[in-house]
Amino acid sequence: MAALSSLRVVVPQVDITRGASGAQGAHSAGAVGDKAFFGLRSGQRLGAEVGRVTLRGCGVAVPAGNVRATAAASKVVKEKAKSEKAQLLVTKEEGLELYEDMVLGRSFEDMCAQMYYRGKMFGFVHLYNGQEAVSTGFIKLLRKEDYVTSTYRDHVHALSKGVPARQVMAELFGKTTGCCRGQGGSMHMFSAEHGLLGGFAFIGEGIPVAVGAAFSSKYKREVLKDDKADTVSIAFFGDGTANNGQFFECLNMAQLWKLPVIFVVENNLWAIGMSHYRSTSDVEIWKKGPAFGMASAHVDGMDVLKVREVAKEAVARARRGDGPTLIECETYRFRGHSLADPDELRSPGKIGQSTTQCLKEFD
Amino acid sequence: MLGALSRNRPLLALLRGGNGGDKAASAALWAASKRFMSSDNTITVREALNSAIDEEMSADNKVFVMGEEVGEYQGAYKVTKGLLQKFGPDRVLDTPITEAGFTGLGVGAAMYGLKPIVEFMTFNFAMQAIDHLINSAAKTNYMSGGTINVPIVFRGPNGAAAGVAAQHSQCFAAWYGQVPGLKVLVPYDAEDARGLMKAAIRDPDPVVFLENELLYGESFPVSQEVLDPSFTLPIGKAKIMREGDDLTIVTFSKMVGYALKAADELAKEGISVEVVNLRSIRPLDRETINASVRKTSRLLTLEEGWPQHGVGAEICASVVEESFYYLDAPVERICGADVPMPYAANLERLAVPQIDDVIRAARRACFRKEEKKQATA
Repeated sequence: MAALSSLRVVVPQVDITRGASGAQGAHSAGAVGDKAFFGLRSGQRLGAEVGRVTLRGCGVAVPAGNVRATAAASKVVKEKAKSEKAQLLVTKEEGLELYEDMVLGRSFEDMCAQMYYRGKMFGFVHLYNGQEAVSTGFIKLLRKEDYVTSTYRDHVHALSKGVPARQVMAELFGKTTGCCRGQGGSMHMFSAEHGLLGGFAFIGEGIPVAVGAAFSSKYKREVLKDDKADTVSIAFFGDGTANNGQFFECLNMAQLWKLPVIFVVENNLWAIGMSHYRSTSDVEIWKKGPAFGMASAHVDGMDVLKVREVAKEAVARARRGDGPTLIECETYRFRGHSLADPDELRSPGKIGQSTTQCLKEFD
Repeated sequence: MLGALSRNRPLLALLRGGNGGDKAASAALWAASKRFMSSDNTITVREALNSAIDEEMSADNKVFVMGEEVGEYQGAYKVTKGLLQKFGPDRVLDTPITEAGFTGLGVGAAMYGLKPIVEFMTFNFAMQAIDHLINSAAKTNYMSGGTINVPIVFRGPNGAAAGVAAQHSQCFAAWYGQVPGLKVLVPYDAEDARGLMKAAIRDPDPVVFLENELLYGESFPVSQEVLDPSFTLPIGKAKIMREGDDLTIVTFSKMVGYALKAADELAKEGISVEVVNLRSIRPLDRETINASVRKTSRLLTLEEGWPQHGVGAEICASVVEESFYYLDAPVERICGADVPMPYAANLERLAVPQIDDVIRAARRACFRKEEKKQATA
């Protein structure tokens, strides 16, 4: 069972003699330290020159290069990783903003549960408890005009993106004052003003939409010659989605055309009642990025500061025009899949353990 | 209880059947005790489907179930409850969230000798797999000159539930009903569910089996004959649920219940309604529909799906073509509103037909004066 370990950054160990990219030893959950952020500049093939190494506890761009250079970089990473905690700095204002956003997300979802059981809300309601660090860590780095797409577990993404909590709650009650006039509901939060492009019931559906938004951003810049068009889009989705065809199609297209999109996998290890380990041949989702030549990272999704550091790197890459990034955030949902889910298949012990782990980080 | 067991043929067959041995027996006993302990033979639609699939899997080793959450979770709507325990993970497969992939896989398996039952969590999700449903399953028998069959069943809930909004509430009867090469079944009660499911599994062609989430928990009395493992219903035959002389209501799935309730109300006003439960969208039982309309001379079609190009449109066309001179009134269609399903409860109520809508339209067809419109919200 993969531990919610400290930050893992990854580099695939490229062996040019074998021609295959196989990260040995990466299969064991909990392996820390000898991996780094894998970045390939556009047009670079495996075996090209060494790139920058930037490390702030989480992001290291290492080039594909010969195996020895990679191993050397790994040693650097290993040493720096030991003192990584000290590197994750935010200002007091930023810290308070993150804290407020996460607490808002948590209390909003708890209130949803209360209202649902009192019959004020109905249908399918999927709560985000436990995963707040991912939403806050990424979305608080975006501008208002950047885009976010999500799945049915979208309340907190909407809140982080700036949709007023009152509007989101009114939407859940089915009121005309809701952000979609009560017509969309829990699973279909949209906001043109805040760049929230949904809210989709079908998993995988939001990913091409986010890629399309990124495409339009690039198009505006290059075809319509609008220099100021550098919006970034983020697609949030889960571990179950990483087995869906649309995901792979979008990884290919986004990398092929170097679109300013970020694929964020909120890996909470469960898709309704289907464990990630039962449904996936290779459980390490971040590895799917390098298969398409895409920069990829794996991060502890329960730590907002770590998520934020990785996100900063990814957003900067996208805005610069360096292309997409795939980021796997290991996280956990504290409640069932939805409020109607009996949630019989997860062990109560594990849920409890994750809760305490999350709280410890804040001490 | 043991004495009753030894006399009970269907129950013994259940206990004997399956490949699981001891654990099968205990699972079957659980299922049986739930089903047969009540003296009046009432079962829910869910139990009807579960028992039908169970019996067919016991009878034929080539039948297997595939879909999301069908195994360990016992089915997203508990329709496949107990099947994993009884038949094992080789015959009840939990799939990843890969509709296009596993649907295609099922079609391939069917082409080469197996009999898959593919569950879609709702038929909305089948849109991710519709290429295989239509292009590989439906068209293959024709394209191969009749040499390759695809004995596959696609099943799952269809249509509106409660408060699940636009992407979970579409009715697909009209879409699949249009495709040559498919059989499309729409059970209403427990008898329909059992008989049609067994017929679908035994059928050598692809069958789209459209259930309804809100009907799963409803109980219906069934005769002993229905509970027999050899019970099936013919595909393509509608059932007259209630006989009448003044007006024919043709409908399917959950709306059959609405039509029956409306018929009770209308009987108080002296309007005698005949309710036709289609059971099958494709093939459509035009004979039964037309015979009924020729008797009553008035037609009302009722469905939850969208109006344009809907099931009702086809029925009206069929009746106008074949029974024109028997009609005493224009044909009436009641459908869901022409919008994606809204989330808000009051809007959702307005977007699907209600019993009052049926009553009003029936009066209109009978040239009765309409009562003042009441607010339905």
